[in-house]
Amino acid sequence: MELTLLNVVIAVTIAIGFAALNAAYLVWAERRGAGRIQNRPGPNINGPLGLLQPPLDGIKLMAKQLIIPGGADKALFIAAPVLAMAPAIVSFVTLPFSDTIIAHNLNIGVLAIFAFASLGGISLLFAGWSSRNKYAVMSSVRAVSQAIAYEIPMLVTVITVVLITGTMNLMEIVEAQKGGIWNWYFFPFTSGLYNPLMTMSFLIFFICALAETNRAPFDLGEAESELVAGFHTEYGSMGFGLFFMGEYANIVIGSCLTTLLFLGGWDAPLPVLSFIPGVVWFLIKIYLIIATIIWIRWTFPRTTIYGLLNLSWKILIPLSLFNLLLTAGLLKVV
Amino acid sequence: MIVEKTRKALEALFPQPEQEESSAEKIEPSEQEEAEQKEETPRQNGIIERDYSVHGYHLDVQVDPAQLYVAVKIIDELDYFIESITGVDWIKENQMEVIYDFSRYDFDLCRVVIRTRIDREDPKLPTITPIYAGANWHERETHDFFGIKFEGHPHLIPLLLPEDADFHPLLKDFKA
Amino acid sequence: MSVPIRLQPDETFILNVGPQHPATHGVLRVKMEMDGEYIVSAETVIGYIHRMHEKMGEIKTYPQFYMNLSRMDYLGALGYSHGHVLLIEKAAGIEVPERAEYIRAITVELNRIASHLFWFGAFVMDLGGFSPLMYALQDREYILDMLERITGSRLTYSYYRFGGLYNDIDDQFIESVKKFIPRMRKSLKKYHKLVTGNIIFRKRLEGNAILSKETCRKYGASSAVARGSGINYDVRRNEPYSVYPEFNFDIPVYHECDSMARYKVRMDEIEQSLRIIEQGIAKLPDGPIMPKKAPKIIKPPKGDYYQAVETARGNFGIRLVSDGTKNPYRLKLRSPTYSNMHLFDETCTGLLIMDALAFMGSLDLVIPEIDR
Repeated sequence: MELTLLNVVIAVTIAIGFAALNAAYLVWAERRGAGRIQNRPGPNINGPLGLLQPPLDGIKLMAKQLIIPGGADKALFIAAPVLAMAPAIVSFVTLPFSDTIIAHNLNIGVLAIFAFASLGGISLLFAGWSSRNKYAVMSSVRAVSQAIAYEIPMLVTVITVVLITGTMNLMEIVEAQKGGIWNWYFFPFTSGLYNPLMTMSFLIFFICALAETNRAPFDLGEAESELVAGFHTEYGSMGFGLFFMGEYANIVIGSCLTTLLFLGGWDAPLPVLSFIPGVVWFLIKIYLIIATIIWIRWTFPRTTIYGLLNLSWKILIPLSLFNLLLTAGLLKVV
Repeated sequence: MIVEKTRKALEALFPQPEQEESSAEKIEPSEQEEAEQKEETPRQNGIIERDYSVHGYHLDVQVDPAQLYVAVKIIDELDYFIESITGVDWIKENQMEVIYDFSRYDFDLCRVVIRTRIDREDPKLPTITPIYAGANWHERETHDFFGIKFEGHPHLIPLLLPEDADFHPLLKDFKA
Repeated sequence: MSVPIRLQPDETFILNVGPQHPATHGVLRVKMEMDGEYIVSAETVIGYIHRMHEKMGEIKTYPQFYMNLSRMDYLGALGYSHGHVLLIEKAAGIEVPERAEYIRAITVELNRIASHLFWFGAFVMDLGGFSPLMYALQDREYILDMLERITGSRLTYSYYRFGGLYNDIDDQFIESVKKFIPRMRKSLKKYHKLVTGNIIFRKRLEGNAILSKETCRKYGASSAVARGSGINYDVRRNEPYSVYPEFNFDIPVYHECDSMARYKVRMDEIEQSLRIIEQGIAKLPDGPIMPKKAPKIIKPPKGDYYQAVETARGNFGIRLVSDGTKNPYRLKLRSPTYSNMHLFDETCTGLLIMDALAFMGSLDLVIPEIDR
């Protein structure tokens, strides 16, 4: 596809639209899901099934006054929420939704997304530091140490996949998994590779995605019973709204990546079912993962900070490195 | 029986335990009489064994402020836990009474009440926080309510009352 | 109190947890000196909702003051009322009909379960799991509905009277209690499946905030705080009052001394309370609920009186110094959480803030009850 100005504008607009829509309606889905889990209805007053709740919440947030606390670092304070949302939107540009629906097919798609994702950590640090609030600073320190700890195993598992496919292009990674569920990389004895530990790699990636997006049970950054609201304690109005949307956009990106790297992207689980368009399969897969994430959030208590870091440094990183070695060895042999 | 043991241990504090005890016990059977006695002359320091079913405690010990620390030490050595500390303002007698409640965790039930009387004008008592760390808040509370100064207390600032409170609401002559 | 190693002032910072903080469940403030996430020292500041109940006790007559007791602890109000009526009855020599005592025991135990359920939900919420609160509140709702029918209120009950009760229970109440018991047992199983076995939950609580027996004794801890440290102390057993000697129940005691032990004690207590209620309903005698000649004006004879009861939060003591008039000369309320909370400063030294707040949750705090 040509890289014209019009193309870029359209792509970014669609990406923003998709991200914002998803973020808004994931909040609704989360609240309804929580309601189901907790024997209560959840939001059901505004519109059918409460579907008008997210836009109304958005209007309410925008109508609120933006308060910048005295003594805060103004520039960083304003930059932080924008920085939380922007990389999430940009990442959507390189994410393919099917073999035809993609804004811009980058050859280094995987790398680009991780580069953007690591900006998220900086936004949390900005937010915590500039708020001039002790809880916010503590929370941002936690969030950054968590981001560092979980980016390593996540990238190592991604390297495993890249090693198998030999490309960083997301389209090609999906192409390599074509032909049914037994070809997807989460499957233990994927055809052509016979690596029994791929399921574990998939789980590591999923856990890391949870941790990277600051979701329960790893939501230490915004542990409300200890750090009040964490790094966004001092944010109100749309500043808070942007953090919130950024979080959900990151969840969507995380589940998109999980789908693309391990669940065969838009490939139908059985070749017989491939008459259904690929994009449908893709959306089904990502929303299943999102549903799982919501389900986990409302069932598990929060871990501790040392438990979290121990899990990463003592378990996930060695395991993912081991799998990387095993994969490299198998590639040589098979 | 722990009641006997505690009593024995505490009797060491009072010079003529025989006399004290017998006079206390003579009064014991009739509550009325004892009350009258109290009105006429203030109670002497000493140990009285109370009827648990009426009063809810076993040993009622009145000590001199100077003996307080020693008495509490004895109680501590017998594995009692601290229940509470409180005061009573006896304005007519121009005295203040501080009451220490102790009880036990085991099934050998014995509640001990240690009380001591101090002058109302200059209420001062030694602290027992070195023995019972848990006395800290109780003493601060008693200081709040009655203005009793616990000498040696590590942190005697208002606890339940506002930080700048200079009044003592449970004194009988307190006017809001 | 052991003096921790003093860091330079510029190496630590002061963190004010509270008076408005989600973990304190009320207006409680803990001034923590922090070294990063570690607590160097802590000082609990209480008294934000101090209402001077003891002064009210002196200026009100005995029946007038009775209402205040249920305002002390809004979760387990009946236990506190029970202590007060028992004390006044003992002091004034009022005979209580047996049926009234049985009904008191049944309602107190129901209230204890309601309180423990709320604590359970709030405690898990402190640890970041939100859903169990909703289940617990659902079960608590059944109890509140039952008690509302009988006592007329849902939270701040004034159900007991000096000498008896305000209202007799009826068949509908007994039916609903009989239905409630198996339902509650089923939910308890559900809670154990959902929460107790959860790996994150266990990892957070096992070994968290070890409280030695000696510390408990020095501070006068009671309830699950003492029982989780291996102290077999329950006023219902150690100093039997009311009709508790008639019942067959166990005192759960755990020796691990950690937050998990405290959690387990409270969860087991729900089961024991159910047993008491079951036996109470089975043994419930017929008869009046008020004595024939209950005195109109209550004037206990001169002297001082003490009564301890086991409320949902522990050993609640009430001391009355009477001068023979219709007002108490002095009324001291010894609240259990006051002593339990006092432990916090010493124990949380050196802990991570999140472990300290988990420990705070395991103490089962109700702030109005600390502040009185």
